[in-house]
Order: sequence, then structure tokens, then C-alpha cells
Amino acid sequence: MRRSRHRNHDTALAPAARNGLLDRRIFLAGGAALAAAPAAQAEPLAVPPWSQVPGAGFTPYGAPSHFEAKVGRVFASAPGTTGTGAARTPLHLTDGMITPNGLHFERSHSGIPDIDPDAHRLLIHGLVRRPLVFTLETLARYPMESRITFLECAGNGQLLNAAQPAQATVQGLQGLVSCAEWTGVRLAVLLEEAGVDPRASWLLAEGADAAGMSRSVPLAKAMDDAMVALYQNGERVRPSNGYPMRLLLPGFEGNMNVKWLRRIKLTDGPTMTKDETSKYTILERDGKALQFAFPMEAKSLITRPSPGLTMKGPGLYDISGLAWSGYGKVAKVEVSADGGKSWAEAALSAPVLSRALTRFRLPWRWDGGPAMLQSRATDETGYVQPTRSELLARRGPNGLFHFNGIMSWSVAPGGEVKHAYA
Amino acid sequence: MRMRDGWACRLAFRLARLLAAVALAGPFGSLAARAESPDLGHVATPDEIAAWDISIDPSGAGLPAGSGSARIGAAIFAAKCAACHGESGGGRPNDALVGGAGSLATNKPVKTVGSYWPYATTLFDYIRRAMPLPQSKSLTNEEVYALAAYILAQNKIIGEDDVMDARTLPQVKMPNRDGFVRFERGK
Repeated sequence: MRRSRHRNHDTALAPAARNGLLDRRIFLAGGAALAAAPAAQAEPLAVPPWSQVPGAGFTPYGAPSHFEAKVGRVFASAPGTTGTGAARTPLHLTDGMITPNGLHFERSHSGIPDIDPDAHRLLIHGLVRRPLVFTLETLARYPMESRITFLECAGNGQLLNAAQPAQATVQGLQGLVSCAEWTGVRLAVLLEEAGVDPRASWLLAEGADAAGMSRSVPLAKAMDDAMVALYQNGERVRPSNGYPMRLLLPGFEGNMNVKWLRRIKLTDGPTMTKDETSKYTILERDGKALQFAFPMEAKSLITRPSPGLTMKGPGLYDISGLAWSGYGKVAKVEVSADGGKSWAEAALSAPVLSRALTRFRLPWRWDGGPAMLQSRATDETGYVQPTRSELLARRGPNGLFHFNGIMSWSVAPGGEVKHAYA
Repeated sequence: MRMRDGWACRLAFRLARLLAAVALAGPFGSLAARAESPDLGHVATPDEIAAWDISIDPSGAGLPAGSGSARIGAAIFAAKCAACHGESGGGRPNDALVGGAGSLATNKPVKTVGSYWPYATTLFDYIRRAMPLPQSKSLTNEEVYALAAYILAQNKIIGEDDVMDARTLPQVKMPNRDGFVRFERGK
């Protein structure tokens, strides 16, 4: 069960766990031994037309290849609305740790406002020495910092509460998580300028959208690592992610990272807004609900293979997936091909950053037989991602939010991959 | 993760140090502290803030003048809310606002204002800021009080003639007031 510590080539090729999982260093050890496919009879390589004429000209803002048109978000909206709902990131069709801006997940409570950046204001008031109003232009003159962090909707993975495994892609099941480099002004700097009253212990953050989305945030988080983000992966924050500015609370549930941020009010307690009482609370079996579960818990999932990506015959595959924790860095990801009976440690792709998506990989020699793929994250605090049934046993079936149970993909002998409960 | 480098971080540390010094040195120190920061916000007057300061906490602080009862709220609800929340607030196509009493500990919990919401003040806060679609923030304070009263009365939490205003709304004891537990990691 424990991975081999040996460095020599032959040992690296030995199974790391049952059902074909190989040592994570196998590709480093040298790939020659893996190239076992016989030379096939093939047509001579052709010189294609795009190699014979000049290509297209420049455009001001680039777009993906038109061959990639299938790589897009899927979304659903509440009845009678067009923008009250969520759009999901195609985790199974992307790789690396960064989510392209056009594919970042969205959750909006009354559509995406069309905000004129010159007319937008950020007000900081309440329990402060002097209330301050900032324009985008003035904020852009502040010293900025950048950090790569994930955002995950508190309701991501909600379908795992269902009695039967919902048949959807990983995008449909877990697509409300994304990761970007955010650049902006440290909130603590602005709060210090306003002068924090010693009675203040929370703040209310409010958006300029029609829902006036609002959440209470502990002041300690605001002073620690909160940011008023102006840039997302190098360009201004996208409208769907809060243009011209959003609150960024690394590791905390997505809903609290208030988009279209227009107001911060320092208070002596939580405001008890609609979204922190009637929503985003975890209803347990006894009828009591857990409130203020702010950081998203350690979690992982395999993005490839995953449902909808059919295996193309036996042979070597690079299992790839994502892991993250709202409490810090991912320390370890283990992968199982036999439904959790045996585990092999995956390689983590650098950089491994606190509260960022972390890419993991593990070679797998699929023998063409049935398999049950799982991944299990451990974060730097030692917390281990629970199984789905452990989580349900603790909470009951109606918790809805913060569902971080282990995901299972069943692989059938024909290569079809389906969502399963192991 | 705390940022361990960068100008902003050093600035924040310097500010913290200076502010600590200020606490000992008296009021002149705070000017020095501010000089370290860009300080580009303009100081807002109460009049400037008033229209934006719409959040209402459980104490009811900030509730505006005005009042309303369920009888008045019923007509407004029928005209502006029922299309989404159902006749009498029973739900469909969107959230149910009424019903679900006693259901939270069952296999089919029904979370409504009446069965789940811990504070009546949240009703005023949310209706005023977000409702009704598609004209958020279009209701008068009188209308918001009347709608809050209507929804509370439909849930049998207050009577048909009870008047909701800045004094009475925060006093309403919601049935699920004690139904929330502070989250602890691992639960």
C-alpha cells in the first residue's frame, strides 16, 4: 500500500497499488520501457493546406481555436430569470491549475450588472473613525499584490447528496470550482486608513448587483489576507466575476467573495443576511443547521478519466485531477483504482500553493477490466478527505453545502466511465 | 497564507507597527501612520452614505420609519410577488416562503421563512434590497413592512392585524431562532 522508496528503474515500474496503478515517478524514471505499442501500418505523412498558405491576421482580443467550441460552461437559471443561477467550469476539458477567465465558474443571484467603472464606488463605513469612498481610479493607485487562489461555491458537489449517483460529467457534478491569479489591494490597508473601531469584529460586504448580495465576514479574515481584487489572470476582473472589483477571501466559500463590491460596513456582529441564514447553512439530521462554515474543506477529484471521456482501449493512462483546501496547502493526494481498497500516492504538479487548485497525476496501466477510480486529498493540517458515506453518516442527506466527500468513477470493460457510489 | 513579500505587505506591517506606537504616543502618531498609506479615499458625509446604508441586523438598528400590516401586504404580494412565490407564498416556480413547520428534522425538510429563517429583520433587509423581480429596490419602506408582515402572518408567526415597524419587527421571535449552531471543523 505504501509507495516504494526505491529509485531504481525496475522498482519504479512496479505497481504502487492494485489494479494497475504505477509509481508516480515512472515518467521521470524513463519512458522507453512504456513504449510497447507495435509499429502500425500508416499512410505517409501529408503536407496539410495550412502549411501552404499564410494564416489568419491579428485580432485585438484572442479567442480559443474554433475546433475547441465544445469547451464551454454549462449553466442553468432559476425560472423566469436569465442570470440567477450558476455556470460551471469544464474541469474535464481543461488542464493545469489555472482556469481561463472565460471558463471560470459563475454564481449570480440576480444576473450580471453592467457597471460603468467610472461611476462605481466602494464605501467603507460603520465602526470606523472616518468613512471613506473610493473610486476605481484611486484604488488602482494603491500598492497591489497578487495571489493564486481557488474559488468554490459552497453548493459545489450538492448532487452527491442524492440517493443514486447522478449521471453527469465532472463539470455537471463539481464544476463550481475554479482557480485564478487575482491582483488587487489588500483590504487591511483600506481598513487601516478608515480606522477600525475597537468594537468592530465583523464586516458586511455588499455587491452592486440587483440582489445586493451581502455577507458577513469576520474582521480577523479581512485583516489577514482579504483583497479587493481588480485583476483576474492579468486582465480586469470579468463582469461575471465582479467587474470592476470583488472581495477575495482566500479559501472561504465562494458566496462570501462578494462580486461587484460596493460597500463594506464594519459591525459588532454578523448582520444575519438572507444568504448566511436561509442559504449556505448546513441542515443536519436533527433539524439543527451549521452556520458560518467559512473555509472550503479539503477535496479532490479525478478530471481525467472522468464521465463522458471514454477510455480508448487497455494501456497506459495519465490519471489527472485537482485537489484543494481552504485551510492551506494540499499535502498529499492518493489515488485508488479498486474503489478505495488500495491507494497509491500521486505526484503533485508544482507549484503547490496554499488555497490554490493543485494538479495531481498518476500513471495507470489499465488492463481493460472493471475499475473504480477515486482520489483522496490530505491537506497540510492533516485533515483527510472523507468518503461520501462517512460525510452523509455525520450530516444526513440534507446538508447540501460544503460537500467534500470522495468521488468515484466506475470504468467498465468497454471503457465507459460513469459516476458511481463505491 | 499570509503574503510574505511585496510592498503592500511591508506597508501593512509598517502600519501595524506605527499604529501600535500610536496607541502609546497619543493622537499625533495617527497622522504619521496615515502618511505611510496612499490615503486616496474621500471622507464620506452621513448624507452621502444614507441611500446605500440599507443592511439591517437582528437588533433592527437602521430600520426606517414606516409601518405595515398583513392586510395591506396581501394586495402587494398578489400584485408583485405571487407570480414567483405562488399564491399565498406557498412557492413555485421559485422559493416557498410559507409552510414547512416541524419539517426540519424529517427526511424531507421544507425550508421557508416560517420554518427556517432565524430573524424577522432579514425579511425587511432582503425584500428591500433584492425584491421584487425585475424591479429590485423599487418598493417603498411602507410596502416592505407590509410584505414582511404578510409573510409572517401567513406563517402564523404574527396576527393579520399586527403592525410591523422599526420597533415591532426586531421583537418577532422566529420559530427557528435557536436552530443554528456555529460550525466547527470536521463536523
